Amino acid sequence: MTSLASNYLDGNAAAGELSRIFTMDLTAAEGQCAHCGARKRFADAHVYMQSPGVVARCAVCQHVLLRLVSVRQRVFLDLRGVTYLCLDTDHVQPSV
Amino acid sequence: MWRVATVVALRDETPTARTLTLDVPDWPGHFAGQHVDVRVTASDGYSAVRSYSIASAPDSQAQIELTIEQLPNGEVSPYLTQVVAPGDRLEVRGPIGGWFVWRTEQTEPVQLIAGGSGIVPLMAMIRSRASAGNKSQFRLLYSVREPGAIFYRDELQTLSHDKYSVGVTYAYTRKSPKDSPRPPGRIDAALIANATWPSALTPTCYVCGPTSFVESATDLVSASGIERDKIRTERFGSTGERK
Repeated sequence: MTSLASNYLDGNAAAGELSRIFTMDLTAAEGQCAHCGARKRFADAHVYMQSPGVVARCAVCQHVLLRLVSVRQRVFLDLRGVTYLCLDTDHVQPSV
Repeated sequence: MWRVATVVALRDETPTARTLTLDVPDWPGHFAGQHVDVRVTASDGYSAVRSYSIASAPDSQAQIELTIEQLPNGEVSPYLTQVVAPGDRLEVRGPIGGWFVWRTEQTEPVQLIAGGSGIVPLMAMIRSRASAGNKSQFRLLYSVREPGAIFYRDELQTLSHDKYSVGVTYAYTRKSPKDSPRPPGRIDAALIANATWPSALTPTCYVCGPTSFVESATDLVSASGIERDKIRTERFGSTGERK
């Protein structure tokens, strides 16, 4: 059993699942932790994916930022740990 | 949105890593550093999703390359590295991610730090820079178990002898070649000081590898004086188990 301390990924790993809900990329978004007030890119969040859903925790204080769970045809999103998200509308896909 | 991709070519990078070239209809293009999710579904309907970095530079064709390392006890990677054949189809979602990317408009010095197969998205950045003729200063510090585990060795060799070369330093953790100036070992502060851009150049750093590697490399780079918000990280591991 790996310890909780190193058993996480980061916000990049959750981006595919989040793309089911958000039309814009969240990894580049700045978010504020509702617990400690840290402002970080979502890419920096510690993400746990070995649970039934996705849990993102603040990289500074480890409090839960976001939970995302899919149950059959429903998706539950809990964002209580995020005070705000700031998304850059300049982050658009290239067209090759 | 899932797209059905067709495997068009396979290339072995090491005894345990293989590059898959995928033809993806309506591929919108990508930035170097982005990844895709790959979904494989068994005949009984069981499906599994894994994330893999794109290794290729964006080009005008609707093709991407993924280099996949076979994980011991992996559920998906043994299939993708040993079983998949040209003509086979996979479902692909992406490109994904807008933070761990390097864009050809960037001009500042860039420090790349890879642990093992963490080289893959960084190679996309190196290839993207070369194909765009971008002249920003690139350095790569590549931590790898042993010489035989190096991905893209010949290509890196060629690119490091280019006119606008990429400075490449290998850090061997288990077994080093005889002419290596350093005994095998993990990246440490001395290596960061010798093989990476000094903080005065305010490089943008991209660090990719297993979580423990990313944490220690980021701490070392940060301790060398580079601001934390100039360090972009991507972690991977076998913990991304999803169904």
